[in-house]
Amino acid sequence: MSARQVVLERIRQALAADPPTPTDQGVARTYRTKGRHEPGATALLDLLEERTLDYRAAFLRATPELLATQIAAALADGLARAQDGGGHVIPRILVPPGLDRQWVSEADGEIVADDATLTPATLDTMHAVVTACALAIAETGTIVLDGSSDQGRRMATLIPDLHICVVHGRQVVGTVPEALARLDASRPMTFISGPSATSDIELDRVEGVHGPRQLIVVLLTGVP
Amino acid sequence: MTPDPPAYAPHDVGGLHTGMTFPEAARAALGDSQLRRNLRAATATIRSKRSAVVAEVEDWEELREAGKQIKADAMSRLPELLEQLEEQVTARHGVVHWARDATEANRIVTDLVVATGAREVVKVKSMATQEIGLNEALDAAGIAAYETDLAELIVQLGHDFPSHILVPAIHRNRSEIRDIFLREMPDVDPGLDDEPRVLAMAARRHLRRKFLEARVAISGANFAVAETGTLVVVESEGNGRMCLTLPETLITVMGIEKVLPQWTDLEVFLQLLPRSSTGERMNPYTSMWTGVTPGDGPQAFHLVLLDNGRSATLADERGREVLHCIRCSACLNVCPVYERTGGHAYGSVYPGPIGAVLTPQLTGIATSPTLPYASTLCGACYEVCPVKIDIPSVLVHLRARHVEEQRREHQMPTAEAIAMAATAWAMEQPRRWARVQRFSRLGRLLSRRGRITRLPPPLSAWTSSRDLPAPPEQTFREWWAETHPGDPN
Ligand code: SF4
Repeated sequence: MSARQVVLERIRQALAADPPTPTDQGVARTYRTKGRHEPGATALLDLLEERTLDYRAAFLRATPELLATQIAAALADGLARAQDGGGHVIPRILVPPGLDRQWVSEADGEIVADDATLTPATLDTMHAVVTACALAIAETGTIVLDGSSDQGRRMATLIPDLHICVVHGRQVVGTVPEALARLDASRPMTFISGPSATSDIELDRVEGVHGPRQLIVVLLTGVP
Repeated sequence: MTPDPPAYAPHDVGGLHTGMTFPEAARAALGDSQLRRNLRAATATIRSKRSAVVAEVEDWEELREAGKQIKADAMSRLPELLEQLEEQVTARHGVVHWARDATEANRIVTDLVVATGAREVVKVKSMATQEIGLNEALDAAGIAAYETDLAELIVQLGHDFPSHILVPAIHRNRSEIRDIFLREMPDVDPGLDDEPRVLAMAARRHLRRKFLEARVAISGANFAVAETGTLVVVESEGNGRMCLTLPETLITVMGIEKVLPQWTDLEVFLQLLPRSSTGERMNPYTSMWTGVTPGDGPQAFHLVLLDNGRSATLADERGREVLHCIRCSACLNVCPVYERTGGHAYGSVYPGPIGAVLTPQLTGIATSPTLPYASTLCGACYEVCPVKIDIPSVLVHLRARHVEEQRREHQMPTAEAIAMAATAWAMEQPRRWARVQRFSRLGRLLSRRGRITRLPPPLSAWTSSRDLPAPPEQTFREWWAETHPGDPN
């Protein structure tokens, strides 16, 4: 017998010897599957801000007219803060292929589109990455990327040390169940809650290990 | 067809045995006051974080109940779910392998790595690969495995053993960690100080090149969704994302009990796990992938489904609920025995209350006979468990099973066996147990001037090396509250 057959047979025997009590009614999902507010409600936007700041990520609000200016300012600020950004080089700013280029039209630096041929080593020469997101979860302060063309492949948001992520107000849901209901399981996904962190030394949280050490969430509202 | 004997995990491979019994190992740990200080400080921090973020979830109890039911449902139809998972992963160009035990899993992974021609692999922290002793197996084949989780790195560089599920280096404080880095990292700044931030940066620099150049990564999985074939890894540092997305080949080793029936089940566990483990509303990074995605991440994906004593555990109707464990480690952080002995005393990669009930079931009780006694049955572990595993009852059940197995073997009960069987009888029913606790004040009976100087054997082996403060009046819970002011657990 193959290992597959053996393992499956062992499990069948284990269950048959002492059958579990069947759950006829199925699982009781009496927990909240929806929050109190509809996606994009002001209360949720405020909560997302509070929870994001709690992780020591930066959070700013933008309107369509000011978005490009604010992204440029956030980039300049974040890059100045970066420890090994090197003050004199021209910053290289990575963008996924489907990003609205207008968003980075005022950014000071070289804009590099990720055409999925850049190697990890090349991505490591990028100073920042600017993306959109699939949605955000207010209660947990989480943004979710699903690999759509305005978010890019996973390594593009991992290797550069500064990640600026634009969230549309209407993309903000209250709870984890509302988020999962809107996501497509077949896509590669990354849930991001604050910058990279570790609690491995005396269970003390320290931000910034292998992932981007700075995360800036830009909330975009007022889109017609 | 007659049922085969239970297929326990092999004795001679992997991390379920370090060879010492709990009393022996605990006695050594109790003599180490630095270890106890490190543990007390760390577990107190995490306990208060956990209770703060749990308290803000209004439907926490409903989530726990759902978590428990989803896991019970999954176990009851495990064969069909595993087949469905295999089908979904295969449909998305992943390759599924089945491993009867640690030896077979190690062989599968080693062969896969050898076939790529790579001589080194990067690893994401994974209990399953520690359980099977994968690093040693790879090493024997001339393949270097680099642990990339900070705590695992500290353990690996310190030539040490993990002592906690979530924070394997919890027994080390910052200055010990600095010393390990200075000794073991060739390119580290000799003036390294012991600020956690500085130590984390040293780890970042140390591993950066490894990540960028790695061709093969090995991970575990927190969850796998049968309905969609989606694998989930929950982490903090980004080392997981590095391993899961940069290399060409990804090999994931997963215990068969990790499978969940459907996508929506994740909405329960993604709320329960982070709050219970690191005490955060959400961990920094959660990665999900389904087979291979062209143009994004590893283009070769292998999933190894591991039994290694899990089917044997499933055969015990009272004991099988330990397979529901999501390895959050909350039960370790509230356990008074763990806080004193540390993780190494449990002699297994699974320490603490969950280790005391999981290890003996994976290996067979005869192999780890002292573990079910490594507890005071205070019940704190049950109260914090996000999937409501009744660890105290399973402990008592395993003690009774051990007694029963011994009696069958020796045809005669020992004194210890009779005492333990009586406790087991009392604990069969919660109400009976409450009465015994209330009337006998077990600890109290044994105390002299407010210290417990002896516990009944086999726990006596470690109380004899260190006095435990006795419960002042009533129950252990009150004593805990008194000696840990401001700590709601
Ligand atoms: S037994 Fe429960 S509390 Fe302990 S690690 Fe497992 S899930 Fe967490």
